[in-house]
Amino acid sequence: METTIEEPASATGILAPQRASFHDNPWSTPLLGAIGVVAFMGVWELAPRIGLVNSDYLPPFSVVMVQLVSLLADPVFWEALGDTMLSWLIGVAISLSAGAAIGLIIGSSEALIRYTTSTIEFLRPIPSVALIPIAIVLFGINSTATVFVIVWACFWVILVHVMSGIDDVDPVAESTARSYGLGWAWRARFVTFPTALPFLMTGLRLCGTIALVVGITIELVVGTPGLGELIATSQSAGNVSTVYALALLTGVLGLAINYGMKFIENRALHWHPSVRSEQPA
Amino acid sequence: MNKARSISAMVALPIVLVLLWWVATLGNSNPFIPKPVALLTDLWETWANSRFLEHVVPSIVRLLSGLSIAIVGGIVLGVLIGSNLTVRKIMGPILEFVRAIPPPVLLPVLMMVIGIGDETKVFLIALGCLWPVLLNTVDGVRSVDPVLRDTTSSYNIGGLTRLRFFLLPAALPRIVTGVRLSLPIALILMVASEMYAATNGLGFSIIYFQRTFQNGPMWAGVVVLGLVGIIMALAFRWFERRILSWYYAQRELETSG
Repeated sequence: METTIEEPASATGILAPQRASFHDNPWSTPLLGAIGVVAFMGVWELAPRIGLVNSDYLPPFSVVMVQLVSLLADPVFWEALGDTMLSWLIGVAISLSAGAAIGLIIGSSEALIRYTTSTIEFLRPIPSVALIPIAIVLFGINSTATVFVIVWACFWVILVHVMSGIDDVDPVAESTARSYGLGWAWRARFVTFPTALPFLMTGLRLCGTIALVVGITIELVVGTPGLGELIATSQSAGNVSTVYALALLTGVLGLAINYGMKFIENRALHWHPSVRSEQPA
Repeated sequence: MNKARSISAMVALPIVLVLLWWVATLGNSNPFIPKPVALLTDLWETWANSRFLEHVVPSIVRLLSGLSIAIVGGIVLGVLIGSNLTVRKIMGPILEFVRAIPPPVLLPVLMMVIGIGDETKVFLIALGCLWPVLLNTVDGVRSVDPVLRDTTSSYNIGGLTRLRFFLLPAALPRIVTGVRLSLPIALILMVASEMYAATNGLGFSIIYFQRTFQNGPMWAGVVVLGLVGIIMALAFRWFERRILSWYYAQRELETSG
């Protein structure tokens, strides 16, 4: 699609794979990766069967998979997944809009940065889980409490990324825009926004993962509705294979969120050199 | 003069916020909302005594043991996986998947396998923090400067010497990044495991105060937890500056020259 990248091999009509060094040395190849996955499943299947570990605590892989498939047919699972994802979505959306707006305001003014740095640096490392009991006291055991804790965890990440994005604006570009008589709104659109966007996107991708971890944690610990609560109830009911199946499914969910965020990032930054150079031409 | 200005900039907003908080809660009798003065007395009365030894110290010990295991294990495994292409390709997808599982999910799993003792909590923290360190070490090892790599090979430098003077220093900035990413995970897992099942610890105390409606001590516990997080962040920043001072100096030279 993109033909702007010069490719000597295509001139001779031979489709030699011209790739960035990143692709010469990938994390994995299909065959070797598959060997790893199959070996992992094999060990998990065999270890309980030959008595290496107690199968009451670690059921064989096949048993967990059967349970996983039956979970997929169970509306209870989908309801829990919906609760988790709804809290995730609302939490990320609030953090994104509040973090971006406040980051933009603070980041645009030297004085505001100077007066808020100490407060931000003090509040930011406060662990989100510390707020779990406060959220319960304020909102009760429900999804609002989950959203509250997610927002606390994600807001700072977005805020700090947006602020360093604005700080990264090239002073020459900014002065050039001023010399050409671009007003505040135009400079924001064509100078500040493109500079800060990659930072915002990195922050957003980090938030996707953080929000899932924090959301599942509060569901697990105090039982606000969602996948974490389902895992906690399965564990106390002694449904061992359900616990493992749910753990695997949250892994799939985590992967899906990672890839989804990566996709959004690449889409939003398709013009950015870091994304363009990653594409195998 | 300049120093006075920067100090006033540092303390101005916190003072205003605390004053606002104090004024806003002056006539308030809602037991759920903390007041600054009451919070300070609660902080002193609840935590500045034997409870600190009984509940804060065990938490910190768990946190640091789990974190140390994760750092050592992550670096060792990361160097092994990172320096062998075949191993890396075999492990790639599995690592990618295991990393995507939110670590707190492993809490019930581990409790079934190991029980609810201290080992479970330390192991959980170690397991959750292992991935950031491991993956960053692998990335650090595989992205070493190719010229340096060829040079060490030409001079026939191998084994431990290669590890000590080439691989580890080259991967160190990435390893430190991995450790920085694992700090908040360690805190989350420490508190979550103590809230989920424990008989002592900071997380246990906070959730105990909440369940028994002792709101003052609960808020004070949250403040203690926040202080632990802040102290950890500061300590790590100091450590990072020291251990990577050569790296920052080098980068500054490169970007300015």
